Amino acid sequence: MEGRILEKQAVIEMRGVTKRFVDVIANDKVDLKLFPNEVVGLLGENGAGKTTLMNVLFGYYNLDGGEMLIGGEKVSFSSPKDAINHGIAMIHQHFTLVQTQTVLENVMIGMEGSFFLNYKKAKEKLLGIEKEFGFHLDPDAVVWTLSIGEQQKLEILKALYRDAKILIMDEPTAVLAPTETIELFETLHNLVKSGHSIIFISHHLQEVMDICDRVVVLRNGKRVAETEVSETTIPELASLMVGRELLERLDKGKSKTGEVILEAKDLRVKNNRGITAVDGLSFVLKEGEVLGVAGVSGNGQTELSEMLFGEVKPEEGEIYISGKKVPGGSLSSVIKESMARIPEDRIKTGLFMDLSVKENMILESHVKEPISKNGLINIKEIRSFADNCIKSFSVKTDGMDAPVKSLSGGNLQKVILARELVGDPKLVVACQPTRGLDVGAMEYVHQAMLNQKESGAGVLLISDDLDEIFLLSDRIIVMYEGKIMGEVSAEEADRDKIGLWMSGVTS
Amino acid sequence: MIGMSIVKRKPLPAWVMLVIPVAAVFVTLLITSIPILIAGGNVFKAYGALFQGALGSKFNLLETFVKASPLVLTGLAVAFAFRAKFWNIGAEGQLFAGAIMAAWVGIYFTWLPSFLVIPFMIIFGFLGGGLWATIPAFLKTKLKVDDVVTTLLLNYVILHIMGALLFGPMQMEGSSWPRSASIMDAAFYPMLIARSRFHLGIIISLVAVLAIWFINNKTVFGYQSRGVGINLNAAKFGGINTNMVILKTAIISGGLAGLAGVGEVAAIHHHLMMDVSPGYGYTGIVIAMLGNLHPIGVALAAFFFSVISVGAQTMSRVAGIPIYIVGVIEGVALMTMLIFILLTEYKIRWTKS
Amino acid sequence: MMSEIFTVTFITGLIAATLRMSTPIILATLGEIITERSGVLNLGIEGTMVFGAALGFLTTLATGNLWLGVFVAALGGIVLSLLMAVLAVYMGLSQHVSGLGITIFASGLAMFIYRLVVGSPIVPPVITPFTPVAIPLLFRIPILGGSFFTQYSLTYITWALIPLVSIFLFKTRAGLRVRTIGQNPFAADTVGVNVNLTRTLCLAAGGAFFGVAGAFLTLAHQNMFLIDVIGGRGWIAIAMTIFGNWNPVMGAVGALMFGFLDAFQLRMQTLGVDLPFHIFLMIPYLITILALISVSRKATVPAGLLRPYRREEKG
Repeated sequence: MEGRILEKQAVIEMRGVTKRFVDVIANDKVDLKLFPNEVVGLLGENGAGKTTLMNVLFGYYNLDGGEMLIGGEKVSFSSPKDAINHGIAMIHQHFTLVQTQTVLENVMIGMEGSFFLNYKKAKEKLLGIEKEFGFHLDPDAVVWTLSIGEQQKLEILKALYRDAKILIMDEPTAVLAPTETIELFETLHNLVKSGHSIIFISHHLQEVMDICDRVVVLRNGKRVAETEVSETTIPELASLMVGRELLERLDKGKSKTGEVILEAKDLRVKNNRGITAVDGLSFVLKEGEVLGVAGVSGNGQTELSEMLFGEVKPEEGEIYISGKKVPGGSLSSVIKESMARIPEDRIKTGLFMDLSVKENMILESHVKEPISKNGLINIKEIRSFADNCIKSFSVKTDGMDAPVKSLSGGNLQKVILARELVGDPKLVVACQPTRGLDVGAMEYVHQAMLNQKESGAGVLLISDDLDEIFLLSDRIIVMYEGKIMGEVSAEEADRDKIGLWMSGVTS
Repeated sequence: MIGMSIVKRKPLPAWVMLVIPVAAVFVTLLITSIPILIAGGNVFKAYGALFQGALGSKFNLLETFVKASPLVLTGLAVAFAFRAKFWNIGAEGQLFAGAIMAAWVGIYFTWLPSFLVIPFMIIFGFLGGGLWATIPAFLKTKLKVDDVVTTLLLNYVILHIMGALLFGPMQMEGSSWPRSASIMDAAFYPMLIARSRFHLGIIISLVAVLAIWFINNKTVFGYQSRGVGINLNAAKFGGINTNMVILKTAIISGGLAGLAGVGEVAAIHHHLMMDVSPGYGYTGIVIAMLGNLHPIGVALAAFFFSVISVGAQTMSRVAGIPIYIVGVIEGVALMTMLIFILLTEYKIRWTKS
Repeated sequence: MMSEIFTVTFITGLIAATLRMSTPIILATLGEIITERSGVLNLGIEGTMVFGAALGFLTTLATGNLWLGVFVAALGGIVLSLLMAVLAVYMGLSQHVSGLGITIFASGLAMFIYRLVVGSPIVPPVITPFTPVAIPLLFRIPILGGSFFTQYSLTYITWALIPLVSIFLFKTRAGLRVRTIGQNPFAADTVGVNVNLTRTLCLAAGGAFFGVAGAFLTLAHQNMFLIDVIGGRGWIAIAMTIFGNWNPVMGAVGALMFGFLDAFQLRMQTLGVDLPFHIFLMIPYLITILALISVSRKATVPAGLLRPYRREEKG
């Protein structure tokens, strides 16, 4: 390490960087260096402060303490503009693209040059860059027509158009299929060769080992380690990341399957853009098993869950619960009585963030006795119900009257779990149940799923996290473009094959 | 250059929420002393006259209650709708609808036994306002037409419907003015305190406050209505028929505004005329916000605005301040309250660069 | 009656009145389009127009200078919009409520100032308003000359502004930034565009348009200030913004339609058609609602509309 610093000038040096939010210290005196032509991995679990640290480097957040040096000179950024002027570009996890505008307009913004837009000149420049780095994006294509992978390329092009030398990539592989990931890594290698440096944010250990030269590990906002990738191992990084020796080891137990609890027959539906999202999907779920639905997000999983949850009516096909046909498009009593529903986006669809914990607990049961009777709610019953929920799922809250928005992500999910699982339903459908949670909360959710299975429920687990699928499932199906690419039992499943299925390749 | 940014703050204790409206009122009166000064008035004398005029004698106080009655109802109407994020800016029009219905019953339902006239007026007036409000609710839920715009435009439609009626079938015989015949005696709201205009409508407003409080806090519908306002997706996810909730919310909201119209016809004017409301529906918006959408808050805010509006007449006479200061105070009060509510959750951070 | 409708004088008069009546609505619609394209709904429009009408009128009453009146009205509109910017942009308060607050405040203030200046005379004071300007040569063309080419200068300016606003939005650097902010403020911020400053400038530009639109009514259309001088024209402009799908040309078409209906109903009244004139007054509003229904499913609302933008929040 020391030798390297002597021979090379760091392009970026962050010294003792501190960033606070209300009462949370997101980054606590973090040091980070980036040298020319290297990929540094910024590793840490959700909430460790990786994105915040990079948003500080990008000028998006103000620095609360410490200093930053670019090319050896001290800098002070008050907005992303300053970072861009210093050759830094950040590619956010949620793309910063305007869906209704063209590729060219998205690239040009902020770099337009003259008062009147010169589309011709901009297009020439863009095509030149595309040629140099081997991209093939039509400058006149409107963004929403592009695939997620293409949109990510557009984000990289945006950075290159600004002549950025330093790229910050926030969890770039989270939205990609395995084959697209390989393609992305090739692009990154090319960029490094042509003089760029890259900070690669991830919590995927294998990816960090594959692409990075060096890795910095964050935990609870602090830098806990920095090492050359060649000098470490995955288990070592894992324990550094979570601060414990081992990663999750769950005993998923044997499956004792019973009756068919959920059956989907030839489901078909279009998404809100009118494109077929689920395309003839059938599966069977039995009591006492976990069926994992794997796939890169955006391949119809959201729409599948919406149909199962009774939010969206299938255009074709049928859903049966315990052999009873479910009328589509509304939350029928069949669904309400027998299905626990863990929605994909807990904040957007799962919770009333401005209401109290207890008011969120009764969303499913507010029209049922004893919570309400003859249109009147029974506060006493609500309190005892909420109290029971909070205790049995150990929700950490300042009480049932606290607004639910004051809870952490993990506890928000516990509120939903409590509400949905409290009556020990025979069917659990969970869509991305651990997205954005830290390891502790993740383990809790996983254990809760397995407990349901133990007690005889059928669990449908829709997840884009392959580790989670392998950890919990007894059977795995893979979704790609709204279809099932294949099905395999957990014992016979191998990652390479499932990876191929996720990319739409069957062999 | 100095920059301003807004950052979240730690939650404040609950009593702050009680202090805030009082502080907002105080700051408002402080700010509006500027136009009073510009108008050449003495601030203390002007505000003194204002409060004297509104609260200074039994008669004045009762008049303030009279004025507060329609404001409570339109304020509740707006608050109840806004809570469900049904942007009902149409309380003024719904008030007209209620007034038209009340006049219709009061003038033409002479066949009714007299003890039924007032109940009929109330029911018809409520339904008139309520059904008028279902038009924008239907357009919002079924056709995705923006409710802000439709409720606003429908105010003008009903205004002209009323105009057409008052120049047409409902015009008083022999009159060339747009006014209806008087309602029958049995349709007059009874006066509850002698030698004053303290009438039945004031009691109705107070009952409405309690009713809305009850709906909000004790009924399934109140829970659903609030849920729809906070997160439409989550409400749908929970199996709430959101379109139906919005529609019912609209009926109750419009109905309340309609009752304000009934009161103006049955207790104040005793006939229908074009200026049956001096903008009660629009003031209702300010009152709803100032009352933080809570029924008790609405009642207090309505009383405050009634004080301003009754007292401003005295202030105008004594201190020579144009009566339109009322609008200025309303606007300033709304903005001040908004900022104060914001400051309970956020703090302003000034940065120098 | 039919014969009366198809005379040259009638048609000329109808077209001329259509253009005149639509002028303030086109101006206000253009202003609202700029504002909403940047992601801010300004419901302060109605009050800002009242304020512009009062300020323009009083300035001209005091100085006798019509253009100074227009200028001060624009200035007044800008000031109110800056207040809106403080509330809805920098503080991130609800755009709906802030805008309504501005409208209530500005309407009250306008009346207050008017009363303060003129007192309460029995006959309201009047000014010498703008007179139509005939464009040399062109005004001689039959029908078109008397309608299109004999208009107020403000109407000509308004017509010139339609393509100018279009060009601004779709062909210039600033326009691309405005559109991007309206769709995805985060995207604009990450490429170094100042979101809140741009929104403020758009509000200010819109405010100037609203102020002048109001002043048109007291300095050209009429020669006095009345309480209900704006009479919901601001709300019509909001409707036309949606009807025009946030496109200046289409918005102007909608405003023109409203102007036509307004002019037509006035003429029907004067022809003595046997219907209460309130029915005619109602028609433009009804048609506007129908127009909104007809486009409601196709509307492409700027995705960032109504969303305040704050950077300091974690998430």
